Amino acid sequence: MNGTAKPMTGSDPILEIRDVNKAFGGVQALDRIGFNLENASITGLIGPNGAGKTTLFNVITGMLAPDTGDIRFAGRSIEKLEVHQRVALGIARTFQNVELFESMTVLDNILVGLFTRTRAGMIASMLRLPRTRKEETLARDQAMELLNFVGLQDYAHRKSGDLPFGWQRMLEVARAMAAQPRLLLLDEPAAGLNMAETGHLGELIKEIRSRGITILLVEHDMSLTMSISDHIVVLDQGGKIAEGPPRAVQADEAVMAAYLGKKATPTKD
Amino acid sequence: MNDKYLPAIYTAFALGIAFLGWRIDNAYYLQLLIFIGLNTLLALSLNMLMGYAGQISLGHAAFYGIGAYVTAILTTTYQIPPVLALPAAVGAAMVIAWIVGMPTLRLSGYYLGMGTLGFGMIVHIVLREWSSVTGGASGLVGIPPLSVGPVEFASNKSYFFLVWAVVLAVIIFCRRIIDSRVGRALCAIHDGEKAAAAVGVNTRRLKLQVFVLSAGIAALAGFLYAHLVFFISPGSFGFMASIKIVTMVVIGGMASIWGALFGASLLTLLPEWLHAFSEFEMVVYGLVLMVVMIFMPRGLTRGVVDIYERYRKTHDRQ
Amino acid sequence: MQELLQYLFSGMTNGAVYAVIALGFSMLYNSTDLINFAHGEFVMLGALCMVSLTAGAGIALVPAFFVTVAVVAAAGMLFERLAIRPVRNPQPVVLIIITVGASIFLRGTGMLIWGKDAHSIPPFLDIAPIDIAGARLLAQSVWILVIVTALTAGLHLFYKKTLTGKAMTACAVNKKGAWIVGIPFKWMVLLAFGLSTGLGAVAGASIAPITMSSYDMGTILGLKGFCGAMLGGLGSLWGAILGGFLLGILEAMGVGFVSSGFKDATAFLLLLLVLYVRPQGILGTAEVKRF
Repeated sequence: MNGTAKPMTGSDPILEIRDVNKAFGGVQALDRIGFNLENASITGLIGPNGAGKTTLFNVITGMLAPDTGDIRFAGRSIEKLEVHQRVALGIARTFQNVELFESMTVLDNILVGLFTRTRAGMIASMLRLPRTRKEETLARDQAMELLNFVGLQDYAHRKSGDLPFGWQRMLEVARAMAAQPRLLLLDEPAAGLNMAETGHLGELIKEIRSRGITILLVEHDMSLTMSISDHIVVLDQGGKIAEGPPRAVQADEAVMAAYLGKKATPTKD
Repeated sequence: MNDKYLPAIYTAFALGIAFLGWRIDNAYYLQLLIFIGLNTLLALSLNMLMGYAGQISLGHAAFYGIGAYVTAILTTTYQIPPVLALPAAVGAAMVIAWIVGMPTLRLSGYYLGMGTLGFGMIVHIVLREWSSVTGGASGLVGIPPLSVGPVEFASNKSYFFLVWAVVLAVIIFCRRIIDSRVGRALCAIHDGEKAAAAVGVNTRRLKLQVFVLSAGIAALAGFLYAHLVFFISPGSFGFMASIKIVTMVVIGGMASIWGALFGASLLTLLPEWLHAFSEFEMVVYGLVLMVVMIFMPRGLTRGVVDIYERYRKTHDRQ
Repeated sequence: MQELLQYLFSGMTNGAVYAVIALGFSMLYNSTDLINFAHGEFVMLGALCMVSLTAGAGIALVPAFFVTVAVVAAAGMLFERLAIRPVRNPQPVVLIIITVGASIFLRGTGMLIWGKDAHSIPPFLDIAPIDIAGARLLAQSVWILVIVTALTAGLHLFYKKTLTGKAMTACAVNKKGAWIVGIPFKWMVLLAFGLSTGLGAVAGASIAPITMSSYDMGTILGLKGFCGAMLGGLGSLWGAILGGFLLGILEAMGVGFVSSGFKDATAFLLLLLVLYVRPQGILGTAEVKRF
């Protein structure tokens, strides 16, 4: 990647969203959504409240089934896979309202994140087989590495629910990273963070991309989104109204209209 | 939390058992301690399900009953040695748990509650009505004492050692599961099922596994019970028996292995101490369940610790 | 044929009772998302109150019926106020244990008040059984069917026509939204408990003349009512009616053609079957909550 992504024409998109529709009752939450995510890129998904961003996240991760349409990950359709199977394939996410395992320690949260990358079953754990112990030691090392990565190494044995909110967000990112994803979906990771924390987060996201991980980012902090994203997709009222490099999107009339409240006619490019 | 001290705790526990077994000769006290052991097994089994995975079973006495009846039928009607009946008793309960858990664990907590409640009723009815096999309401008599090869556990003292050795083993195994990948995932399901699935935990499969494990431990307790009393009838495995197990866990505290021991001891001793208790048994259990859950949803022992910690925190700040 | 008709009649009588109990479950679930494991105990309270008021205090049937329903509904509201509203952590497991605790508590209280013996009272109207094609239909059964029809119509109108009924539905659909538009959510929950337990009392009071009532009758009746509600579709008015009757009739056929000892097992087997095959029930359309 050379900083800016080429829209739609990349050689091997990691994620392809095709004509996805989802309605709740009479409300069309997603209306023929379609776009691609380039491998190892950061894509910002923006739009006013209620545009369907979180719904799209839920559809990609398998928490919601789309009414119609197809989603392909690394070239294969993942339509029939359950949430945990998609994680095993390499799709991890964070939540808008941080969903940590609050009664567990920081370290244990990461260890749960490693679930798909470890094997020990109930009987093996009961018997503490040698390979189980080895795996456990390895997992702990990996978990500590991830805590180092987000800067929480000194709080490994704290109860995660007791951490300040900004750190909880970092922990959630680290927990998602533990699944060794190829695609990471971040749902408003900067919400509730102060300026310094937001800056740190931006660096972290770029660092994650440099490890070859693709990122889909929903974020209301426009300066953050525009500065780190390679590509922007704009949703409004369930439909895609624009996509392209940050500069182009910022100048787009439909986008301006959507944000300033003027009547917009959805354009498909 | 106290990983380092665990071996020391286990050793102390084993020494405690040895000491009690060595000092106590009174048959009544030994019997009481054996029952505390059996109830501890039941509380541990439900605690794995309820305390750690956050799923409920209102029919746990059914698995206890299945364990007891399978061994009773095999050893009396078919004259099979108890040692061989053990895997059948535990296995039967686990298979049945798997069949019952499959549909109900897919759904939200309420359905598991109703499903297991209904299941407990069915088992109770079958034990009562299928007279040709289960002996009907009058039950089965003449269950042989437990023997492993030349060793026979006929005396109260030998049975005391056996039951408590099993309790210690089950405690160790449960503790190991809790401290493992699987145990952490179970706690994660309890904290947030959606988030657990989102990090890749196969929640349905794991819940089913722990349900089956839990049924197996309950059946093991049932097996030990049958070879202790030599006579079983459906009355011991009804709805109230299931509620008693739930109450033990609620008193002992969710997700606390030592709490299970405490809850089981209290609920075994209370009726012995208070003879008037049987009249008020239901009212007391009902009140305990309601009051503890309203004010201390993590159970009595944990609730007390929580309150102490909160007090200390506010105290420290001043 | 005559036999079949006889089973059908007895099945319809029981079914009507299950339907009323199922209605109680469904309507509470509808407005609070909660399943009250103590619901059967309120049925028991209804039956035994009726016994005490008529056989004990000598009050005439009709006023006794209404007093019973009012008293039990008040008890249900008290239960909500004291045991449900203070819950800070309304997870299913916690609420299940609380309502199960309430169930045991009420059962124990029932035993202390009414003793362990079973009680019965004469039917509402002392008329000879009606003879239809050789099968006997008890007058009390006709009464129960009339009561079910009236209740169903009443509830239907309540939900469709009154503001309170609509507000209750709104709470069920979206708690926060209901709160924002100014629906007094707490009152709605209280009212739902009162209505639901009142329905339980109606079921209990109606069967007092045709069954032996005792402190321990509630659990089984509650479970069967729940089974009826699940069968028809939890949360659906018509589903509760359909499920209740279906269960009653299937059970009666089971008793007639298979064995009476296993009568009670029918409901639970059916319950497990529904959970397996179609958790949303026959008439339920909404997706059953998976989390």
